[in-house]
Amino acid sequence: MEEVKVIEIKKSVFAENEKDADDLRTELKKRGVYLLNLMSSPGSGKTTTLIRTINLLKDKLRIAVMEADIDSNVDAVKIREATGIPSIQLHTGGMCHLDAEMTRQGLSNLDLEDVDLVILENVGNLVCPAEFDTGSCRNAMILSVPEGDDKPLKYPLMFSVCDVVVVNKTDVMPYFDFDLDKCREYVRMRNPKARVIPICAKTGEGVEVFADWLFREVRNWKNQ
Amino acid sequence: MHELGIVFYIIRDVKQAAADNHVDHVSAVVMNIGEVSTVVPEYLTDCWRWAADKEDLLRGCELKVCTIPAVSFCDDCRKEYETVRFGRNCPFCQGENTYLLRGNEVEIKEIEVPECPL
Ligand SMILES: Nc1nc2c(ncn2[C@@H]2O[C@H](COP(=O)(O)OP(=O)(O)OP(=O)(O)O)[C@@H](O)[C@H]2O)c(=O)[nH]1
Ligand SMILES: [Mg+2]
Ligand SMILES: [Zn+2]
Repeated sequence: MEEVKVIEIKKSVFAENEKDADDLRTELKKRGVYLLNLMSSPGSGKTTTLIRTINLLKDKLRIAVMEADIDSNVDAVKIREATGIPSIQLHTGGMCHLDAEMTRQGLSNLDLEDVDLVILENVGNLVCPAEFDTGSCRNAMILSVPEGDDKPLKYPLMFSVCDVVVVNKTDVMPYFDFDLDKCREYVRMRNPKARVIPICAKTGEGVEVFADWLFREVRNWKNQ
Repeated sequence: MHELGIVFYIIRDVKQAAADNHVDHVSAVVMNIGEVSTVVPEYLTDCWRWAADKEDLLRGCELKVCTIPAVSFCDDCRKEYETVRFGRNCPFCQGENTYLLRGNEVEIKEIEVPECPL
């Protein structure tokens, strides 16, 4: 029988990515660029919310968007047409998430000298993206009313890594048994620091609250 | 399905470890996978087979999975309990001040390399 030698490693597979992500954040800080990682299930309203938010902020901040779609550039084109800001498509190569290295590659396609805020629309998925630090300054997520108020209980990791939970599609609340107070309570159980912001991206209601939060975040990042 | 992404991370780390130890073939990689890590071992080994066989260093290399049971700790009554069975609430005092002690590991435990007989 062949002899085998065992070499102990004992290392988390995420360790390397976490280091890459920290390095990226440090660089972004030096350059005065704020990166927001936006996550959600497919179809919760990320692109619609971004268009509204960008149109509220684009006179005050220089913004660019990176769209991570597995295999299309529909969202990148939509953002560009609706807001006029630079928007690029990241190809994830079939992967269900982005990591710090992929994010860095995406950023290298933008002219960061001319940008204050980069928003990354991550792959639509509540599980995988939560595992991978992209190097963003903050994570935000959108939960839409039809998905149900119990999602923080079912996808605890996603909710625990986000600083803001945007509850979208409040216009359809009458048709679903979504309880906003319960939702707040469940979010608090998973992440006491997270802020819940109800909006309706369709009409624009509440979007200014999210935009204000983001504007203050960017200003603080650049000033401190 | 982030297992493929994880497999690429494993390959990167194993390549590094092999280089550090001057090894040119690895016969097995042993993983510690926590019960509540969100990694599905069957998907992981499927992705592994597909990706590892593309690398000279890892051709035919087996991925072995050790499952680490998830254990939570209750801060109120200071007892440990099985996370998967009881969830967030302590089965002893029904308290909610509980946290995970272990069970979300996704780590490379060790690698096995063939040793040339002297
Ligand atoms: N009723 C209602 N529909 C909305 C609202 N916001 C978005 N939608 C609709 O929801 C659908 C999905 O919206 P998108 O903005 O494309 O969602 P997304 O998260 O970017 O989707 P993916 O990128 O495909 O994951 C579209 O048909 C939107 O018009 C809202 O506030 N209310
Ligand atoms: Mg979209
Ligand atoms: Zn207890």
